[in-house]
Amino acid sequence: MLVDKYASQIAAILARYPTDQKRSAVMPLLYLAQSEYGYIAPAALVEVGDLCDLSPTEVASIVGFYTLFSDASFGKRRMQICTDLPCALRGAEAFAAEVCQKAGVKPGEITKDGEFLVETVMCLAGCDHAPMFQVQDANGIHYHESPSIDQPLTADQALAIMDEYKRTGKSS
Amino acid sequence: MAEPEYILLRHRNIPDLHKLDVYRQNGGYEAFKKVVTSMTPQQVIDEIKASGLRGRGGAGFPTGLKWSFLTKGVYPRYLTVNSDESEPGTFKDRELMEKNPHQFLEGVMITAYAAEANVAYNYMRGEFWDIAVGLDQVLAELRQAGLLGQNLFGTSYSLDIHNHLGAGAYICGEESALLESIEGKLGQPRLKPPFPADKGLYQKPTVVNNTETLTNVPMIIARGAAWYKTVGTEKSPGPKIFCLSGNVVRPGNYELPLGATFRHLIYDLGGGVPGGKKVKAIMTAGASSSVLTGSDEILDTPMDYESIAAKGGALGSASIIVLDETVDMAWLALKTSRFFKHESCGKCTPCREGTYWMQSLLERMNKNETVLADVDLLQNVATSIGGKCLCPLGDFAATPVLTSIKQFRADFDAHAKDKKAAAPAGRPAAARPAPAARAAPAKPAANKPQPTPAGD
Repeated sequence: MLVDKYASQIAAILARYPTDQKRSAVMPLLYLAQSEYGYIAPAALVEVGDLCDLSPTEVASIVGFYTLFSDASFGKRRMQICTDLPCALRGAEAFAAEVCQKAGVKPGEITKDGEFLVETVMCLAGCDHAPMFQVQDANGIHYHESPSIDQPLTADQALAIMDEYKRTGKSS
Repeated sequence: MAEPEYILLRHRNIPDLHKLDVYRQNGGYEAFKKVVTSMTPQQVIDEIKASGLRGRGGAGFPTGLKWSFLTKGVYPRYLTVNSDESEPGTFKDRELMEKNPHQFLEGVMITAYAAEANVAYNYMRGEFWDIAVGLDQVLAELRQAGLLGQNLFGTSYSLDIHNHLGAGAYICGEESALLESIEGKLGQPRLKPPFPADKGLYQKPTVVNNTETLTNVPMIIARGAAWYKTVGTEKSPGPKIFCLSGNVVRPGNYELPLGATFRHLIYDLGGGVPGGKKVKAIMTAGASSSVLTGSDEILDTPMDYESIAAKGGALGSASIIVLDETVDMAWLALKTSRFFKHESCGKCTPCREGTYWMQSLLERMNKNETVLADVDLLQNVATSIGGKCLCPLGDFAATPVLTSIKQFRADFDAHAKDKKAAAPAGRPAAARPAPAARAAPAKPAANKPQPTPAGD
C-alpha cells in the first residue's frame, strides 16, 4: 500500500494544498502510484482516491484525460520521439522511422524484450535540438537531445541510449 | 561574436548563475528584499504598470494592469505561474527554469508580494520532470536561506512556492484550464467571466502569469521602469525571447528587444535557411499562428505586438517557425491539425468535431485522395470552428489551416484527383504514391468517418 510505504512523501504532497482542497493532490499522487506499480491499476484508483477524497471513477477520469498517466502497462519504460512540426522540419520523422526499424518495432509497439514502448508524440519543447525524445519510467521523465545544434542526435546514438537503460536501468 | 548583455538570459553572461551564492553576488534577491521591506503592494503594481511590461505567454496583456484587477478585500489570494510551455515551437521557459531559475523565482516572489498572495504554484508540463526536480531543490535552498517562509526580512509577510506538474495536456496552458488542473480536475477551460483575478484558484482572486513575464520583474524593480522602457518599442517595451525553429541553420532562443525584424533574427542570427533555400512562410506564434509569407515585406516587419498584428499575424509567445520553399502547406496543415485534434479537450463541440474533420480531410488530401472541392470543404469546416468555443484552442486549430489555404491555395489544389496542372515538387508527405487518375466521384466523400492514424 502506498500509504504505508510512502507516508512522509504523501504527507508532504498533501501539505502543499489547503486542507480543504485535498483533490489538488490527485496528480502528484498518481505519479507516485504509477512509479510504484508501473501503471495505474484499478487498485491504485481506489488507493489514490482514498488519499484525496475522490471516488475511483473520478480518479479514472483524470487518468484518462492526461496522457502521461497510463491505465495499461507500457513495458518497463516508454520512449516518445517528438515528430511534431518544428522537429519534423528538421528530420524527426526519418529519425523516428530509423529508430523504430533498428529497434524492430512499429510506432506504438513494445520491443520484443519488453524494455521499451516506442511512440511518436506531439511537441516536447525541445524544437531547437531536434530530433529529440523522452523516456518515461519509474524514475520520472527524462529528455534526450544533442547538446549541440550542429550535431543532431542520430538513430544509432538513440539506440545506444536505449541500451544503456536496458543495462543499467537509467541513462547517464 | 561577443555575447550581448542579456536581461533575461543572464546565465549566458554570468557563469553558474543558477547557484544561489552566485545569484546573490550579482544582486540577486535584493529586489525582493526591497519590495518587502520598503514598498507597498500597490507601489510594486504601479512600477510594473509604468514599465509597460506585457504578458509574454501569448496574449500580450499589460501585466501591471492584470494585477490591479484582483478583487479588493478578498483573501487568500494566489499566484499561479504558467510554465506549461506546450505550444509547438516554444522552448524559452524551459531554458529560463533550467539555467536562470533564481531570477525567475525572484520574479514569482515579487509578484506574489504585489498580489498579496502567501502561496504560489508553478504549473509545469509533466514532461519537465527533471526541471521540477531541480527547482524543488532550489526552493528547499531558498527556505533554508530564509528567502521563503514566515515573516520574511522581519516583516509580517510570508510566502511559499510549490511546483505542480501537469501530465501531458496542451490545453492546461489556457489559464482557466490550468486552474482546474491544479484543483485536481480535468484540464477544461472555464466560462469567463468571472476572470481569475476575481474567482481563480479555489474561487479566490488569482494572478496567472507566464514564466518569462515574471523573469522580467526583478530587473524592472532593480533598475526601474524608466530604464525598462528604453528597451524595445514605445508600445512593446522590454526584451523578448524569440524561439527560432524549423528550417534555419542555427535554431535556438534569441533574446532581442521587441521590434527587431524577422530578417535580423532569421538571417543575421539564425544563419538563414540551410542550403541557401528561400523562406516560403513563417509562423510567428508556434503551430497556432497565422501563416505569413516569406516576402520582403514580412521579413522586414519589426517583431512587436502591433507590427505583426498589422500584417495579419500575432507575436504570441514569439515562437518563430521557418518554413523553406520545399514545404508543402497541405502537409503543414495536416501536422497542425493532428496536433489540435489530439489536444482538443473535448468540451466544446465545434472544436472537438471540427478538429476531427479537419484532420480527416487533410489525411486524405495528403494521400491525394481528395478532389478540388474538398479544399473548400476544409475551409468551411475551419471557418465553422472559429469564434465558437470557450477557449482559443478552436481558433488556434483553424488559423494555420485557413491562412495557409489563403496564401498557398495551389499547394492544396495540387493534391486533388481532379486537378488540372501537375503537382509542384513539394515535401513528400504522402504515405503512398498518388493513385492513378480516374474519374472524380460525383460528390466528395467527406461525410464518411476516417480512422485516426496511429502514431502521434
